[in-house]
Amino acid sequence: MSKSIQDRVIEIIAEQAVLEPSDVTMDSTLEDLGIDSLGLVESIFAIEEEFDISVPFNANEPNESDFDISSVSSIVAGIEKLVKEQHG
Amino acid sequence: MKRVVITGAGTINALGHDVPTTLEAMREGRCGIGQLEMRDVDRLGIRIGGQIKGFEPERVFNRQQLALFDKFTQFTMVAAREAIAQSGLSFEGELGTRVGVVLGNSGGGMSTIDENYRALYEEGKNRIHPFVVPKFMNNAAASHVAMEFGLMGPSFTVSTACASSNHAMAQAFQMVHGGVSPVMVTGGSETILCFGGVKAWEGLRVMSRDACRPFSANRNGMVQGEGAGIFVFEEYEHARARGAEILAEVIGYAMTSDAADIVMPSKQGAARAISGAMRDARINPEEVGYINAHGTGTAANDKTESAAVADVFGPHADNLMMSSTKSMHGHVIGGTGAVELLACIMALRDGVVAPTIGYEEPDPECALDCVPNVAREANVEVALSNAFAFGGFNAVLALRKAA
Repeated sequence: MSKSIQDRVIEIIAEQAVLEPSDVTMDSTLEDLGIDSLGLVESIFAIEEEFDISVPFNANEPNESDFDISSVSSIVAGIEKLVKEQHG
Repeated sequence: MKRVVITGAGTINALGHDVPTTLEAMREGRCGIGQLEMRDVDRLGIRIGGQIKGFEPERVFNRQQLALFDKFTQFTMVAAREAIAQSGLSFEGELGTRVGVVLGNSGGGMSTIDENYRALYEEGKNRIHPFVVPKFMNNAAASHVAMEFGLMGPSFTVSTACASSNHAMAQAFQMVHGGVSPVMVTGGSETILCFGGVKAWEGLRVMSRDACRPFSANRNGMVQGEGAGIFVFEEYEHARARGAEILAEVIGYAMTSDAADIVMPSKQGAARAISGAMRDARINPEEVGYINAHGTGTAANDKTESAAVADVFGPHADNLMMSSTKSMHGHVIGGTGAVELLACIMALRDGVVAPTIGYEEPDPECALDCVPNVAREANVEVALSNAFAFGGFNAVLALRKAA
């Protein structure tokens, strides 16, 4: 069985944070994991490549876009929605 | 030490193809930012920029020049011709052997690289034009200025991203100030406005899709521009002896390094550059009436820059004006400090402070007077020009009204 979206997103975030996937919990914030603004932009790029989707995110207004980055679970939920929308 | 004055200015940018047109646009608060026109624009996520329109290089350059000049060199030559013509200088004889060219530039001939990579990778060609290297190298523009005007003194290109032309002008100032050369041609140019260039910037997710609104609470990023600004820096007595018109005096500068982050700005690094420039120029903070801000329109820059100015100037921060003309011509990257120096000259010489256009909502973190939307008449004795680059390299210039 192929990995879930959640597992794949956690792997990407864990790699960025230089942690084991088991250390990344759903309620972790990027700040908790030590991911800064460049790390965030790089993670979003990796997610776009992994799922072949386009993530609407402008670093100048992180709270304005529909894509919520406040925790790992909100990111996973956002990706699930985008995959559904963009790949039906 | 020698006093240094500006006796010639030239430009081409999204607001105009020369200095008078550009200053008129700044006075009127006109916006030069619009829809980008380039190959594959439909594949771009960001489709606006301060692109130069209506410029026909074949009208001002011959066949050989067109074959050798990338756009950044074309822009430089147009601006250099205007600046040197205004100065009234000719460089025959001994003078030419001492005058140099120091220009700022970040990406070199990106359009040339873009077009030729496309030919190699997309079209599968195995042969490209023999002039690719002399066209794209960062120093091509400075070299062509030297060749056209016979400038044989100290010449080179400075590359510090968005602070390139401020660093270049600081070097040129230093050479005239220290007596190395009586005259230096300086400034900078840039254009990243090609498909690969805009794509690279898109990747950072700091670009706005609609407008550059520095210091406004609803700002959402930077907008790229293109162009050149070129100046003649001349030793004061040399200029006076020949009765040259003095546009403004350059009185000092400072350069600092944040040594902190490759993209995020630092309040301390910016503040040290601003206070350092005032110390070098031997002025009190209270003398500064206008600051041409770096003011990129990103969330991070504008609040950091405002905080740095507030720290350095204390209560006087509320008395001075600090506008960002990037709202009108876009971010000219390695040429931006040079194009923006024109706003300082306009403030000092003409008593008109260029506005920050597109300003819509006050931001408590950017609480200084950014001259929102409408130019203002004011008597400005001293002006500063800020440039804070990716890589954490900062350069601030100080100028005084011509005596």
